[in-house]
Amino acid sequence: MKIARDASHASGAPSSRGQAKLARFSLFWRLLSQNLMAMVGLGVVILLAVVALLGPVLSPHDPYAQDLAVRLMPPNMSYWFGTDELGRDIFSRVLHGARITLSIVVLVAVIAAPFGLILGCVSGYRGGWFDLAIMRITDIFLAFPRLILALAFVAALGPGIENAVIAIALTSWPVYARVARAETLLVRSANYVSAARLQGASSWRVIRRYVIPMCVNSMVVRVTLDMAGIILTAAGLGFLGLGAKPPSPEWGAMIANGRQYLFDQWWLATMPGLAILFVSLGFNLLGDGLRDAFDPRG
Amino acid sequence: MTDLQRNSIGSKKSHLSQQSAHARGNAAEPALLIRPSFIVRLGFCITRVARALASIVVTIIGLLLVTFMIGRVIPVDPVLAVVGDQASPESYAAARAEMGLDQPLLVQVVMYFGKLGRGDLGTSTLTRRPIVEDIALYFPATLELATLATIFGIILGIPAGVYSAARRGRLPDHVIRIISLFGYSMPTFWLGMIGLLVLYAKLGWIAGPGRIDILYDGMVPTVTRLLLVDSLLAGNFRAFASACAHIALPSAILGYFSMAYIARMTRSFMIDQLTQDHIVAARAKGLSEGRVIWRHALGNAAVPLVTVVALSYGSLLEGSVLTETVFAWPGLGLYLTNALLSADMNAVLGATIVIGLVFLGLNLVTDAIYSWIDPRAK
Repeated sequence: MKIARDASHASGAPSSRGQAKLARFSLFWRLLSQNLMAMVGLGVVILLAVVALLGPVLSPHDPYAQDLAVRLMPPNMSYWFGTDELGRDIFSRVLHGARITLSIVVLVAVIAAPFGLILGCVSGYRGGWFDLAIMRITDIFLAFPRLILALAFVAALGPGIENAVIAIALTSWPVYARVARAETLLVRSANYVSAARLQGASSWRVIRRYVIPMCVNSMVVRVTLDMAGIILTAAGLGFLGLGAKPPSPEWGAMIANGRQYLFDQWWLATMPGLAILFVSLGFNLLGDGLRDAFDPRG
Repeated sequence: MTDLQRNSIGSKKSHLSQQSAHARGNAAEPALLIRPSFIVRLGFCITRVARALASIVVTIIGLLLVTFMIGRVIPVDPVLAVVGDQASPESYAAARAEMGLDQPLLVQVVMYFGKLGRGDLGTSTLTRRPIVEDIALYFPATLELATLATIFGIILGIPAGVYSAARRGRLPDHVIRIISLFGYSMPTFWLGMIGLLVLYAKLGWIAGPGRIDILYDGMVPTVTRLLLVDSLLAGNFRAFASACAHIALPSAILGYFSMAYIARMTRSFMIDQLTQDHIVAARAKGLSEGRVIWRHALGNAAVPLVTVVALSYGSLLEGSVLTETVFAWPGLGLYLTNALLSADMNAVLGATIVIGLVFLGLNLVTDAIYSWIDPRAK
C-alpha cells in the first residue's frame, strides 16, 4: 500500500505548479509525521500558540488581581501552580506569559530572518567586495557572545520588552545571513539560474525568483532551532530585569521575582521555569524534525 | 579525554609518517634532526595563523566600532548614561568634555581607539577603579568556572556522543539524545536555582552561593587568583575543600550545558565518519569494533571536535553571566550584570570588549590547533 502511494507521487511529471507543490508538501509531511519526537514538538508549539491566543479565556483567575488573603499558597485545587507574594494566581500568569513569549519569538523571527535571508542571498549572488564587506560585518557580530551583545544593546537602549526584541533581532540576523549565503553559493552556478540570466532576467529577479526560494527551507529549519535560543535569551534578559517590567507576567521576570522566596516557597520560581523548559524543548524537537525531513541524509 | 588525546596523537603520528615517507621518497636519506614534514606543517600552520590574524585585526576594529556605537551613538544622551541622572551640571559638563562629545564623530572615534590602544577602558562609576583593574580582579573566577565546566563537558560529552552514534537508533542513543536535548533547552539560571533549592537548602550536600566559605575568605594568599589552585599551593586543604564545595554545582550545571552540545556534535561527526569507506575497510580487515570506533572513527572526528570544544568554552563565558548572578559568583558575568543594573556604561563596554576579544582569541587558537592536527587544512 505504502509503496503504491510512493509510486503515485513519483510517477510522471506533475501537471501543474500547484500539483508539484502539493506533492512535495505531502512527501515532506509524511517524513515529518513519521518522526514521533517532531510531532511532540509540533504539539507543544501549537499548544503555545493556542494558549497565547486564548490565554484570557482559559485562565481561571485574573493574572494581575492581588488577593493578600491567599498570598504564597502552595499549589492546590483552586490555584494549580500556587500563588505569589501578592496573592496572584501563578497558573494564570504563566498562561498570560505565553503571549509575551510568543510575541517576542515571532517579532524577532519576522525582523531578523527576512533581513538575514535577503542580505545573505544578495551577498552570495553578487560576490566581490559587497560579499566581503557583509561577511566581515557578520564576523564582527558573531565575535560577541549573543547574550552579551544583547545585554550591551539593552543597556544602551534602555530596559523594556520592545528594546529586548530589537537587541535579540540585532544579534540574530548574522547567522541567517551566513546560512543563506552558503545556500546561494550552491545555487548560483546551477543551470536554471544561468538559463534565467540568458533570458535577460535582472539580478534582483534572479535572486527573488530563483535563489531565495531555494534558501527558504534551510532558513525555516534554522529559525525553528533558533527559537529555543531566542526564548532562553529573552528569559535571561527578563531575569536580569532588562526585559519586561515587573507587573507583566513574563516568565524570566517571574523567576527573578520568585528567587527571593526560593527556599521556602519553591513554586514561585519553579513553575515559570518549567514553562520555559517545555516551550524551548518543543521548538528544539520540531526544529530537529524539520531538519531531518528537509534533509533526510543529515 | 585521554582517549581523544591518544587518538589525535595517534592520527598525528600516522599522518607524520605518511608525509615523511613522501618527502624522503624511496631513496634512503641521512636522518635529519628536524624532518622536512615538520617544516612543511609548521609553514602551513604559520600561514594559516597569519591569515587568521589579518582577518582578526579587521574584526577587532569592527568590534570596537560596535561598542563605540553602543556607548556613544545609540543612547539618547550618552553623558547621562555614564554619569547618571543625579549628576550636577558641573560634573555633567566635565564628563561631556572628557568624552569628547563636542568633537566631530570621526575625531571621537579616533580618540576612542587611542584610549583603548593605551589599554585605558575608562573608570567604573560603580567601583571607582580603572576598568582594566576590575576585570583583572573578576576574570579569574569566570575562567576557573568555565574551565572546570568544559572539562566536565569533554569527559562526559565525547564518550556519550561516541556511544550514541555507535548504538544509533537504539535505546542508549535515544536516552543520550534526550538528556542532551534537555541540556540545551534548559534555562541555566533556573536550573541553578533549582539545584540550590534541592542540593543546598533541602539536602545540604553542597555549599551555597559564593566562591568559598566566609571563614576562609582572604585567608588564601593570592598567586593565580584561581582559588582551587591558590589554596592547593598554600597547602590549605580545608580551604580547598570549601572552594570545591562551592564550585561543584555551578560548574556541574555549566558542564551539563557544555556536555549537551559536545555530545550532540560528537554524535553527528561520528555518524558521518562511521559511513566512510575507511571504516568499512577497517572492519573488513577484522579490527575489533572498539578499535574501529575509538581509533579510526573518533581519530578523524577529533579535528572538527576541537572547534566544537573551543566554541563551547567560549559560550560558557556567556552562559556564566546568568549562572554567576544566581550563585553570586564574583566573576566577569556578575561584574557585567552589576554594571548593567547601575547603568555603569564604561564597565559594560569594557567587559563586552574583553569578552569579545577572548572569543576571538579562542577562535585563533582553534585555527592553529586545527591546522596542526589536520595537515589537509591549508
